[in-house]
Amino acid sequence: MLTSDYVPGDSIVHRARPLIKVGLLFLVCTWLFVQEGWPSSTIAGLILAALFAIARIPPTIIVAAIRPALWVLGLIFVAQLFLADWRFAGFVVLRFAVMILAASILTLTTRTSDLVDAIERALSRVLPARSAEAISLALSLCLRFIPRVRGIFEEVKNAQRARGLGTSWRALVTPTIVRALKSADEISRAITARSPETPAGRHVR
Amino acid sequence: MIRLDGVSVRKGDTLILDTISVDLAERRIGIIGPNGSGKSTFARLLNGLEWPTRGSVRVDGAPTDRVSALGKVGFVFQNPDNQIVMPMVDEDLAFGLRKSGLSRSEIGERVEAHLERFGLTHLNERRTHELSGGEKQLIALIGVLVMEPAIIVLDEPTTLLDLRNRRILVALLDQLDQTLIIVSHDLELMASMDRLIWIDEGRIRGDGDAGDIVRAYREAIAAEPC
Repeated sequence: MLTSDYVPGDSIVHRARPLIKVGLLFLVCTWLFVQEGWPSSTIAGLILAALFAIARIPPTIIVAAIRPALWVLGLIFVAQLFLADWRFAGFVVLRFAVMILAASILTLTTRTSDLVDAIERALSRVLPARSAEAISLALSLCLRFIPRVRGIFEEVKNAQRARGLGTSWRALVTPTIVRALKSADEISRAITARSPETPAGRHVR
Repeated sequence: MIRLDGVSVRKGDTLILDTISVDLAERRIGIIGPNGSGKSTFARLLNGLEWPTRGSVRVDGAPTDRVSALGKVGFVFQNPDNQIVMPMVDEDLAFGLRKSGLSRSEIGERVEAHLERFGLTHLNERRTHELSGGEKQLIALIGVLVMEPAIIVLDEPTTLLDLRNRRILVALLDQLDQTLIIVSHDLELMASMDRLIWIDEGRIRGDGDAGDIVRAYREAIAAEPC
């Protein structure tokens, strides 16, 4: 979910302005919480299905978008079974699934650079330009490096398994964080090197 | 031309580079030396990623704390995974040009022209995290080339590549008009340079014809006890 899996296309969903898509996402998520119940979530789900079809997003990619959240949805379902009943548990899970898919259609049909430009333009109306730029760059880096951090985690997990430390969370988390921070340091150097006119961290006159 | 004048770099109690004075004017300059000798620090000084504790580094007369100097020197990092910062290839290649004053269409045209020049247009709409190691290294290099710097510094560009991708990268480097300063352990590549500088323990131990320096370097390493 919310990885950088943009699917190129020329549909009306792809061509819609990124800020309109962000605004609609915000409205849909708010509406789903205000209008609690099966009908609102079902209607939103059907509209989303239509949008996925219009955007010609392959089902495998839609499944891949929600797969990482399945265990969280499962936990929520079980918790709600104990706290309420199966009907309410089903409704809560459906609502979250619809929200995740709504967020996914945004990232699947919008180039990160377009999204970041739109957010930067919007933020620059209320924030100083440098702050707006920094926030939008941070957002794009998050999208780019989710797969990278996941890759580091997998490498560390395999290395620890090979050494017989498969169940040790400390042995898993510590090197992952250390490697991610080391990468972050090198990435910030690379951004500096690639942006001679915005020399963050360099003493430029 | 890049001029280092009495440059020292100290980190804590460790002297990384010790009073280096050198002019870099040849078209292909190699930097060799053992691990921890100060090669990468030397390279990073050249576009202001590192700052000398003493002395000065100037690019065409301008110190590396000025934008006019920084724009002339591009830098390719050893690990392209840390250099590629956008999710899609075309977005990443356009990254450095965001604040260049070029319009979106001009940026797009320049990116496409560079991909076409090196026969890599098929990568244009690929996701960067799905590229192979060799493709990532090429995209990292093209991300620097689109900025059209006069000088490109490459920090161990062939270290993570297999033989085939190494050959592709070396062929690509041969096509470039820019001045190249390459830090590497790849002695075959280093032997083809116009000039080779051998750095050891923060000092220049050899500087001159690439063939002679590679020979002297090999002999020195062979003579060291294991």
